[in-house]
Amino acid sequence: MATFLDFERPIAELEAKIAELRAGAAGKVDIGAEAAKLEAKVDKLLRTTYANLTPWQKTQVARHPGRPHFKDIVGGLIDDFTPLAGDRGFAEDSAIIGGMGRFRGHSVVVIGHEKGSDTTSRIRHNFGMAKPEGYRKAIRLMQLADKFGLPVVTLVDTPGAFPGVQAEERGQAEAIARSTEACLMLEVPLIACVVGEGGSGGAVALATGNRVLMMEHAVYSVISPEGCASILWRTADKAADAAEALKLTAVDLANLGVIDSIVPEPVGGAHRDPAAAIANLGTAIERQLAELADLPGAALKADRRDKFLAIGRL
Amino acid sequence: MSWLTRLRPKLKFPRRRDTPDNLWHKCRNCGQMIFRKDFLANLSVCSHCDFHERIGPAERFAQLFDGGAHERVALPAVKEDPLHFKDQKKYVDRIREARASTGADEAVAVAHGRVGGVETVVLVQDFAFMAGSMGLAVGEAFLAAAREAIARKCPMVAFTAAGGARMQEGILSLMQMPRTTVAIAELREARLPYIVVLTDPTTGGVTASYAMLGDVQLAEPGALIGFAGRRVIEQTIREKLPDGFQRSEYLYDHGMLDQVVPRRELRATLARLIGLLMLPKPALPRAPLPAPQA
Repeated sequence: MATFLDFERPIAELEAKIAELRAGAAGKVDIGAEAAKLEAKVDKLLRTTYANLTPWQKTQVARHPGRPHFKDIVGGLIDDFTPLAGDRGFAEDSAIIGGMGRFRGHSVVVIGHEKGSDTTSRIRHNFGMAKPEGYRKAIRLMQLADKFGLPVVTLVDTPGAFPGVQAEERGQAEAIARSTEACLMLEVPLIACVVGEGGSGGAVALATGNRVLMMEHAVYSVISPEGCASILWRTADKAADAAEALKLTAVDLANLGVIDSIVPEPVGGAHRDPAAAIANLGTAIERQLAELADLPGAALKADRRDKFLAIGRL
Repeated sequence: MSWLTRLRPKLKFPRRRDTPDNLWHKCRNCGQMIFRKDFLANLSVCSHCDFHERIGPAERFAQLFDGGAHERVALPAVKEDPLHFKDQKKYVDRIREARASTGADEAVAVAHGRVGGVETVVLVQDFAFMAGSMGLAVGEAFLAAAREAIARKCPMVAFTAAGGARMQEGILSLMQMPRTTVAIAELREARLPYIVVLTDPTTGGVTASYAMLGDVQLAEPGALIGFAGRRVIEQTIREKLPDGFQRSEYLYDHGMLDQVVPRRELRATLARLIGLLMLPKPALPRAPLPAPQA
């Protein structure tokens, strides 16, 4: 069953009507003209709705359960994907998945958050909230990529790093800091893609790339709108206001110079046509990797550092 | 107009500073009253319960540098209110209030001077200024401090104290995590020590970046140090947090710190560490080794 967001209600109603019409006609009555009219209406409604999403609506789209997640994207873009697990110190953390594979024929290392797509897998992947061992695995895989000269592609999609007692005890903060540091030490290209939710430090740890791409309806923020609202407005009900104030959409972040490119999504968002969204992402990654292909290692490292130093400067 | 409103303007209310209670400091932990002069002489540590009160940059610099002698490092100007952020209050008003109440420009100060005879750059975060939060100003100050240390070929010490990233600067505050990490990478490549002293409290994005990347990690006793806030964790796990959770001693026990150092030993400890790292050869030439026996 498809999930509809609140603001998609009128679209859902129209689509239900078309389905009803089709079922009623059951191939005996010609409803072609009527259905086509309604479908055109749906299309128009989708276009206008999605062209005018508020930051809070975008946050909901970014969290949509039907949105393509790590496994879908890797399934669509990476051949011979070979997962590599564990941090070699404590545990395997499936909130972050990593491995090697081929992208357009080239060997790459892919690392990213996985939120899961049903109750069982969401629990297994801890809703994409990684623990220290997840970040330590990411560091290990980045260093593996560096050793063998393989480009790194990261897929960022997390509500944030996991806030738990054991995670704190094992050094959640240190693991995130070291992961960001590992990104900055790489002498291979690192392309970071914010594909859904870019949740604070848990996102930065994987998103400190030479290029940072963002899907059109993804969000990337220092704090969730709900968290921000409950601190500054003293009620989570003001999340929509907080989302507006935080400037967390792809367009905002491009204007602030934080991201390099916006990856267009199909009409109605990536969850309406995951295959098309994944294809667009593939094209964008390929373009960015091609631009960096000829740079020597030291230049790649310097390019990445200069990029971050330039952000927000007068 | 009531008699009270008529009377009020005629009454002279003494300003807080004139009141004699400024002579006394009440410990936030044990509630004991301490003569302020004694309290300051004891480095703002309670003589009854050893509680380490939060201190700002001026007091820290005075305690740390040889003879208290130091020079402030000028900090770069940054974009103010880059997002034009407004919640129930305008961000520019919050900054203005913080400046008025602290007399400081921002939540951080940098100085250089000698510690145990060795030139050192020291950065101090000021929790009194908007909870020490990390925005563009703190990030730029951190970069400036690291570069000052590199130019002087000397170590950098950072005293951290912050609630985390400054929400009102949105994604730009988050970007200070990688930006400060670049500064630490530069120090590392220059083979200069970067020493962190975690003070109460250090949480959020500050802990998850420069506060955890020291070559040596020290903390003052009893400091709250963590990534996620206590309330967030309690809501997530729905159980009571263990005793001493996220305190310096707890982090030490879990292998996250090199030492927990009381404030009265901090200067000596830092001087010793800096000496060990910066002056690795013996000060006096050793007597020649005896000739090998035939």
